[in-house]
Amino acid sequence: MDTFNIILLFIVTVALAIPLGKYIAKMFAGEKTLFDFLAPIENFFFRIAGIDAKREMNWKQSLKALLLINAIWFVWAMIALMTQTWHPFWNPDGIASMEPTQAFNTAVSFMTNTNLQHYSGETGASYFSQLFVMTFLQFVSAGTGIAALAALFRALSAKSTGNLGNFYSDMVKSCTRILLPISVVIAIFLMVNGTPATFQGASEVITSQGDTVHVAVGPVAPLVSIKQLGTNGGGYFGPNSTHPFENPNYLTNAVETIAIILIPIAMIFAFGYYLKKKKLARMIFAVMTAGYLALLIPTVISEKSGNGALEQFAVDQSQGSMEGKEVRFGAAASAMWGVSTTATSNGSVNAMHDSFTAISGTFLMLGMQLNAFFGGVGVGLINMFVFIIMAVFISGLMVGRTPEFLGKKIEAKEVKIAVVVALLHPLLILAGTAIASHTWASNSDPGANLGWLPNPGFHGFSEMLYEFTSSSANNGSGFEGLGDNTPFWNILCGIVMLMGRFIPIVGPIAIGGAFAAKRHIPESAGTLHTDTPTFGLVLFGTIVILGALLFFPALALGPIAEALSIF
Amino acid sequence: MSKHKPASPKLFDSTLMGEALKEAFRKLSPRYMVRNPVMFTVEIGTAIMFVVTIMLAINPDPVQGSVAYNAVITIILFITVLFANFAEGLAEARGKAQAASLRKTRHETPATLVLPNGTRRAVSSAELKKGDMFYVTAGEMIPTDGEIIEGIASIDESAITGESAPVIREAGGDRSGVTGGTKVLSDSIKVVVTAGAGESFLDKMIQLVEGASRQKTPNEIALSILLAGFSLMFLIVTVTLEPFGRYANTPIAIASLVSLFVCLIPTTIGGLLSAIGIAGMDRALRANVISKSGKAVETAGDIDTLLLDKTGTITIGNRKATKFYAADGGDGQKFIQLCAISSLADETPEGKSILELAGQQSVQVHKADYANSTFINFTAQTRMSGVDMPNGTQIRKGSVDVIRALTGRNGHGISKEMDQVITTIATNGGTPLAVAENGKFAGVIELQDIIKTGIVERFERLRKMGVKTVMVTGDNPLTAKYIAEKAGVDDFIAEAKPEDKMEYIRKEQQLGKLVAMMGDGTNDAPALAQADVGVAMNSGTQAAKEAGNMVDLDNDPTKLIEIVEIGKQLLITRGTLTTFSIANDVAKYFAIVPALFIASIPALQKLNIMGLTSPQSAILSAVIFNAIIIPLLIPLALKGVAYKPIGASKLLARNLFVYGIGGVIVPFIGIKVIDLVLTVFGLV
Repeated sequence: MDTFNIILLFIVTVALAIPLGKYIAKMFAGEKTLFDFLAPIENFFFRIAGIDAKREMNWKQSLKALLLINAIWFVWAMIALMTQTWHPFWNPDGIASMEPTQAFNTAVSFMTNTNLQHYSGETGASYFSQLFVMTFLQFVSAGTGIAALAALFRALSAKSTGNLGNFYSDMVKSCTRILLPISVVIAIFLMVNGTPATFQGASEVITSQGDTVHVAVGPVAPLVSIKQLGTNGGGYFGPNSTHPFENPNYLTNAVETIAIILIPIAMIFAFGYYLKKKKLARMIFAVMTAGYLALLIPTVISEKSGNGALEQFAVDQSQGSMEGKEVRFGAAASAMWGVSTTATSNGSVNAMHDSFTAISGTFLMLGMQLNAFFGGVGVGLINMFVFIIMAVFISGLMVGRTPEFLGKKIEAKEVKIAVVVALLHPLLILAGTAIASHTWASNSDPGANLGWLPNPGFHGFSEMLYEFTSSSANNGSGFEGLGDNTPFWNILCGIVMLMGRFIPIVGPIAIGGAFAAKRHIPESAGTLHTDTPTFGLVLFGTIVILGALLFFPALALGPIAEALSIF
Repeated sequence: MSKHKPASPKLFDSTLMGEALKEAFRKLSPRYMVRNPVMFTVEIGTAIMFVVTIMLAINPDPVQGSVAYNAVITIILFITVLFANFAEGLAEARGKAQAASLRKTRHETPATLVLPNGTRRAVSSAELKKGDMFYVTAGEMIPTDGEIIEGIASIDESAITGESAPVIREAGGDRSGVTGGTKVLSDSIKVVVTAGAGESFLDKMIQLVEGASRQKTPNEIALSILLAGFSLMFLIVTVTLEPFGRYANTPIAIASLVSLFVCLIPTTIGGLLSAIGIAGMDRALRANVISKSGKAVETAGDIDTLLLDKTGTITIGNRKATKFYAADGGDGQKFIQLCAISSLADETPEGKSILELAGQQSVQVHKADYANSTFINFTAQTRMSGVDMPNGTQIRKGSVDVIRALTGRNGHGISKEMDQVITTIATNGGTPLAVAENGKFAGVIELQDIIKTGIVERFERLRKMGVKTVMVTGDNPLTAKYIAEKAGVDDFIAEAKPEDKMEYIRKEQQLGKLVAMMGDGTNDAPALAQADVGVAMNSGTQAAKEAGNMVDLDNDPTKLIEIVEIGKQLLITRGTLTTFSIANDVAKYFAIVPALFIASIPALQKLNIMGLTSPQSAILSAVIFNAIIIPLLIPLALKGVAYKPIGASKLLARNLFVYGIGGVIVPFIGIKVIDLVLTVFGLV
């Protein structure tokens, strides 16, 4: 039954994503849409910021705008998080200011759409921060990703003149016309189901045992809806969507799961509609879905069949591996959430990933390491674009023509940028983990001196690998066993998140800029068609061999060794 | 056609092998190796292993394995580098041998230098400089490449083209180019030297083949970047394993790390990349095409549009009589006889074809029977030919308008019905030739262009490759259209003037297409320069040869088709071997990764899906496989992967299946077999 439910959930998501994609394409093409009435509000923002939203930008200007606005948000977030003590209102529980490295990590984390949390929301962030740092950045960072992809759409269009639209306009419209309307719907749905949305302080409750407990509440519903929708993942509370206030029941769980993958899938269809390449979009969707299923199926099977290590101690595993899971969701729905949240760089959780079976842990990490099987809003498709460039280059040669994609030749410059971007992700993950491993291994008593890993060994290695994978993929989920609120992890992960966010946006848009400057080559019988199943196979193979297998040795030492040691 | 192309050396000719082997060692110099980043890293790996082995000999360390094991790994890595250098050396040696066999024709020959004041002096060909003038007469060899400035001569070019029939070269026209090493058969000519010793096109080509001055082509550069990027990724994977291993209390031997790195980086394509490029140029040379740059060969594979002259390319040079139409009410047999008699003295191919056709319709006339007749030759003034017989009968044969005027003067004309016939012939791509007897219109002969056999299939092949063919002709649009349809070309330029070609090329290029054309005349030069691939015929003028980026020694206009295929083959070979190389990594991971950790993490034995005997045998087998796959693929690299015009998607599916899926499976088998052999012989 629960397997049937998750299949149904996926079908419903795709059915919603197709019209949404069409709407997004129309919106970026400047055609009439349902939400045009929001224009005065958007114009108000532009006017107070002194932005001419009609000015066309080339790729360099677009990137400059993107980086500039992000830098401003970063400074704003740093200031807000480090001055929580003085937040005049909306801090009824008197939450303290963050120390600098934690503030740095948190600011970077939310600006980069990662939402890695080295703090716990109910004790570490004021209502003001939750709203004007976390929730705000959850909107605009998702908007940044969508606008970056819109710039790429424009660069790839056949009649491109080198103008990629106006970044500010795309970014604001992504927020007001895509993210905002859908999150309002989800937030209301969550509130109806019991998620709080209040500015009052923690409620004092006397339990049936007679103890007095403080139950944290706050403006939860708005944050939860955008955290899911914008592949952000940063929860209001420490336990994220395992918490009954963030995710009250099976139905909200279903809606939140749909919200995770909805926009990433819709962006594929938007790509097809915008460029009038529906067949190409279907090929990309097929490859991404195949990858998603390749991650999902073994994870669901593994979670449903339970944990062999616990079975030895006569712990009933008939409901599947339920350690660290919520009974109201069950094993299959938790597995689907786990794979969706990692494959899309969302990072919210409805179960503890640390407690997933080792096999599932492998696939959760793999999802983040590939980061292109749907991927984050906007950036998922941008990542896929890099894989496509490499696959087109190799398969173009195989048909005896200088490789071309969408009528543009792929030459040394494009290859160089694609390779640098493709290199970055394994570099950040593996080098980060190597530094952590080295630091641990060369310490005479790491357990006492560093204290990161309560349980070293394979699982400890997995925890470190997961943390860097999650940071570089801008995912934000964690294998929570890791003691990560230390300057070492705060700073290193912060740097990894920054690089993992901006280089993979800058590179592909630079390729797009180079494409836009090139002459469009008409198709002929000798042209490689990228919208065929054969090309899909090449693309999938490229991702597996140049994405997945790069991490094989590291995974072998972590979750694979753990899994094989259990059986 | 009796062609004796310069014999191509066998793939593994022993002299060439010897030369290549010498080169393999010479190329070990890091200064040279650094041009190939993938193999350069293998050389560094070899150096590291060499140092490790020496250190172990002095100070043994069980973690690093035995001295012998480390020494063996060092040697295999060294051999891997040698194999790659050998492949490049062999390709170079073959190219040079090919060029040398062409150059053989130009030994030092005596030459007659003509000084500016007109005096003549005997010199050696080596002393001739660009701009010098020399004189050649019947029976002499032409000492060097040049352009005729005075005279006309028949020349035997068989030494270069393999074509036994002599060709006519003359000053001023489009056929004024002569090549060193060819022989003057009749007459004498004055020639100006266009290329001094060592500067001829052939010399330039030889330089292109030789490693030192070889420029990488744009696509080769892009692929090198991709391969270097892959190598960097695998470097990251390998280097980070060291601290991972220390965390897991599993120290990893340096030999294992270096082996893993060398196995993962794309050494197969990295080792064969330059050999593939050289072999492409070599294949062009083998087709008797001298390319002025490697880029031109590569670009040829991307050609979208091909401009071909009608005459000589699509049709055999001459028209042929195909049908007789007697004037209304006239006697058919008698008309044929008239035609045959009038053509008795006509030595043109058209005239001969009339006699031939008459013979087929059982009308035999013999020249001896008309010995007393006066034959009138075709002149540019009268534009008629014919015969005046002793009995007073006058037969005239010529173009329709000339005969119409003739018959008109005699008070006759051409009937409406016959006018209809004449129009029909023209619309069907034919040329009507009118015949008059005693000033009275007798009928018309239909002359048709004969489309070369096999050309329709070649155009079909080009269409499947995605190349658009364009016929260039001086014919009127009606005739041009008919022939274009019959031959299966996609477009035509009728009544073409030289500037029309240029115009057409520009128009195509503006649409983003790459255009190739072939030409010989000076007035073709601008178009040859404008075209992305311009092939000048060797017989053409110097201006044409300078403007184009290839020279065809055979003067064969259909050569362009071959050149396009060579270009495609070049890219396909690179692409398939890259795919193969990367696909091989799957098996190599499964061979080496378990071997790295099995000692301290026994559970990982389950990843040893090939069931390799021991960690050491696994690593050795992978490294050996990685090395020997390079020489095994040398024949493929040099010959090139066959190109089949079956459409891009099918071609991709085919190559993906063979080199992608094959590339995943082959190393699993290869590594397992090598492991078995090592085990059986107790080597591990």
